[in-house]
Amino acid sequence: MLEQLFAPAVIIGILASGIQLATPYLYASIGEMFSQVSGVLNLGVEGVMLIAAFVAYYVALKTSNLILALALAALAGALMGLLTAFLSVTLKAEQGISGIGIYLFGLGLSDLLFLVLVGTPTAIRGFPELDLPVLSSMPVLGPILFSQNILVYFAFACVPLAWFVLNKTTLGLKVRAVGQTPEAADSLGISVARVRYIAVIVAATMAGIAGASLSIAMFNIFQQNLTSGMGFIAVALVYFGGWRPFRVMLGALLFSMVNALQLWIQTLGIGLPSDIAGMLPYILTIIALIFAARQIVTQPTALTKPFERGE
Amino acid sequence: MIQTVELRNITKRFPGVLANDRVNLQVRAGEILALLGENGAGKSTLMKILYGMYHPTEGEILVNGQVVQFKSPADALAQGIGMIHQHFQLVPGFTVVENVALGLKSSRGPLTDLDAVSKRVRELGAQYGLHVDPNALVWQLAVGQQQRVEIIKALYRDASLLILDEPTAVLTPQEVQEFFGILRRLRDAGNALIFISHKLYEVISISDRVTALRDGRVVGEVETKATTQQELARMMVGRQVVTRWEKSDMPPSDAVLQIKQLAVSNDKGLGAVNHLSLDVRAGEILGIAGVSGNGQRELAEAIAGMRRVNAGTVQIAGKDVTNCSPEQVIAASVSFIPEERMVMGVVREFSVAENAILETHNRPPLSKRTFFDFKQIDAHVTKLVREYDVKTPSLETPVKSLSGGNIQKLILARELARDPRVLIAAQPTRGVDIGATEYIHKRLIDQRAAGTAILLISEDLEEVRALSDRIAVMYEGEIVGIVPPDTSVEELGLMMAGAQKNL
Ligand SMILES: Nc1ncnc2c1ncn2[C@@H]1O[C@H](COP(=O)(O)OP(=O)(O)O)[C@@H](O)[C@H]1O
Ligand SMILES: [Mg+2]
Repeated sequence: MLEQLFAPAVIIGILASGIQLATPYLYASIGEMFSQVSGVLNLGVEGVMLIAAFVAYYVALKTSNLILALALAALAGALMGLLTAFLSVTLKAEQGISGIGIYLFGLGLSDLLFLVLVGTPTAIRGFPELDLPVLSSMPVLGPILFSQNILVYFAFACVPLAWFVLNKTTLGLKVRAVGQTPEAADSLGISVARVRYIAVIVAATMAGIAGASLSIAMFNIFQQNLTSGMGFIAVALVYFGGWRPFRVMLGALLFSMVNALQLWIQTLGIGLPSDIAGMLPYILTIIALIFAARQIVTQPTALTKPFERGE
Repeated sequence: MIQTVELRNITKRFPGVLANDRVNLQVRAGEILALLGENGAGKSTLMKILYGMYHPTEGEILVNGQVVQFKSPADALAQGIGMIHQHFQLVPGFTVVENVALGLKSSRGPLTDLDAVSKRVRELGAQYGLHVDPNALVWQLAVGQQQRVEIIKALYRDASLLILDEPTAVLTPQEVQEFFGILRRLRDAGNALIFISHKLYEVISISDRVTALRDGRVVGEVETKATTQQELARMMVGRQVVTRWEKSDMPPSDAVLQIKQLAVSNDKGLGAVNHLSLDVRAGEILGIAGVSGNGQRELAEAIAGMRRVNAGTVQIAGKDVTNCSPEQVIAASVSFIPEERMVMGVVREFSVAENAILETHNRPPLSKRTFFDFKQIDAHVTKLVREYDVKTPSLETPVKSLSGGNIQKLILARELARDPRVLIAAQPTRGVDIGATEYIHKRLIDQRAAGTAILLISEDLEEVRALSDRIAVMYEGEIVGIVPPDTSVEELGLMMAGAQKNL
């Protein structure tokens, strides 16, 4: 039975769905990375993803306009980001607790809206696969990498983009500074609150896109707790990646590849209890986190610490 | 370019505290003004007002004769005022250039222009002797170099008045000399400088004029040439200060602390103390002089049981305590005043009372059968606080909100209350103001008279010379010589640089 797994078609299938599965993690964790690098632990990612996933689904259901659906999901994310920033930055709320609040809010609200506005799950037509000319007809790599929907391509494009913004722009410099030593940034006339608002809103907007990538590109449906913990995994991936975009991507890929593997194991009916197979990615995450190296240079030492002027 | 800056009638009130009271002060281009005052005199507050971090309750600021109002440090910087804080405002995970570029407009719009910044950093470095590698990570730099980065940051922003808040507190004596060279160069280039300190000899040697603050008020303004350390001390403290101590003659006595062939490693695992032998007798103060980082800290911690001994022995009154736990060392009647008082000396968040009983809380009379006797504790701590002149609003006040001098007095009270046979005092007056320093010195002398063997580790040569019966000079983990206390500073300096061995 196990040899089934090693058939070329199956391997290609696993890798291709691994790439696709990585998409929501990439958006959510790359966004979350911005927030954390600026010193705000945005633990509510999961809730933001849920609300945005519903918004995208609902708009797509009603209008069939996927671009509009995506845009409004991102906007919903941004608004949740504004709320998160208001709680964490302006009110200086304890970030772990307020994050759980945001999560529960998102979980409840998305479910409520779904029950009231939709009721029965109806599949929608999501973003289609977009075969990149020439590239997609390459053997092996073509179907794995270049025959995905457009949100997948953008997700991977976000990684170098995030690296560039963090390391090569004045905004990135400020984001990193307020996450490590907000007092230093403040003494140079930088508004710590403003930079953190920007970072948190960027993070939540990307979490919104992550949610949309589930409901209008991957599953093409909405149901209660659609994300089932992905947002929390995304937070963990940021730690795992040591606040570096490419390592965060590696983490997302590793996690989703194992996830794809276990899905295929279940699909192929290989004699491994599905519960155990389903646990694999999470066990892996915990192990990986234990061994994730501490990053002296990139670690936002002011993470979760509200900034207050004066000594 | 700043010609003159003037503060007129500045008053600053915090809830319950009048930090500045109608302060007047001027500084001109091409001069170094020393702002002198004890801890809590209001120096930092006044300077933060000048730098736009605080808003004055009353009074005005004039730059080149024009009244200005600062909403934030950015406004002050725009007028050419830069400040180097007591606690550096650097991002440790950033490179030097990144720290300099932070918050500046970039010539490449939204993209950083680190290469251009780096070039200018090198130029400034060459111009003023502020040498530092622009691409080095700040957390890997020595404190003295970090300070240069701070100065470069200010100069890069075209500051021509530099406010330096206790810049020498973190420097070794050698670094201070180098640093003064930089200040003179800055002054000669036409900048104005305000140098904050409570160290008199520094003020005398670097400044052109002195303004002294006490309790938020200006208590004196003098030309440096026309004053003396004694006069400045009197201004600052408000009374005559003792710097020379009469010590009773020491009767011949036995060595209580005996160190033989001691070898200890530092945090990096490298040899810090190399087969060092030393005896301290009852009723004696043995001073250890040396540039910091020559193994003094490791020596003290090894004796106190806080660091592993690799070889050799430590004996207290004939009893071997090598590699004993701190608790056992305490039981052997050793008291320890650690160098890092906020880390090893006290628990920051604990109250005055809790800190005062850290070592004795678990035995009678302070506790009985695992329960505290709060009446006893209260009486005990009240007595200590009164006896040792610890200024605290209450016994429940968290220790972190006391001033450095009062924390040190509290530690001293706790350690001396046990009437130890051996006292290890590491940098007991570092960062402590003159009044408290005088008090701590007096206590050490008293304890000497009571027969305690005292090992005094200090970078302050004046302190070592004033208190010690013998001075051991430490260099690279070894004692390079033991000399009498009247040895000149120059000679000690040479030995501290490892130049001379006359055991
Ligand atoms: N932010 C603040 N809030 C309340 N009191 C303060 C604050 N900053 C300083 N103080 C008080 O003002 C007085 C002067 O402090 P400071 O200016 O730091 O003195 P110095 O720098 O001369 O040691 C002290 O009594 C201090 O406790
Ligand atoms: Mg101060």
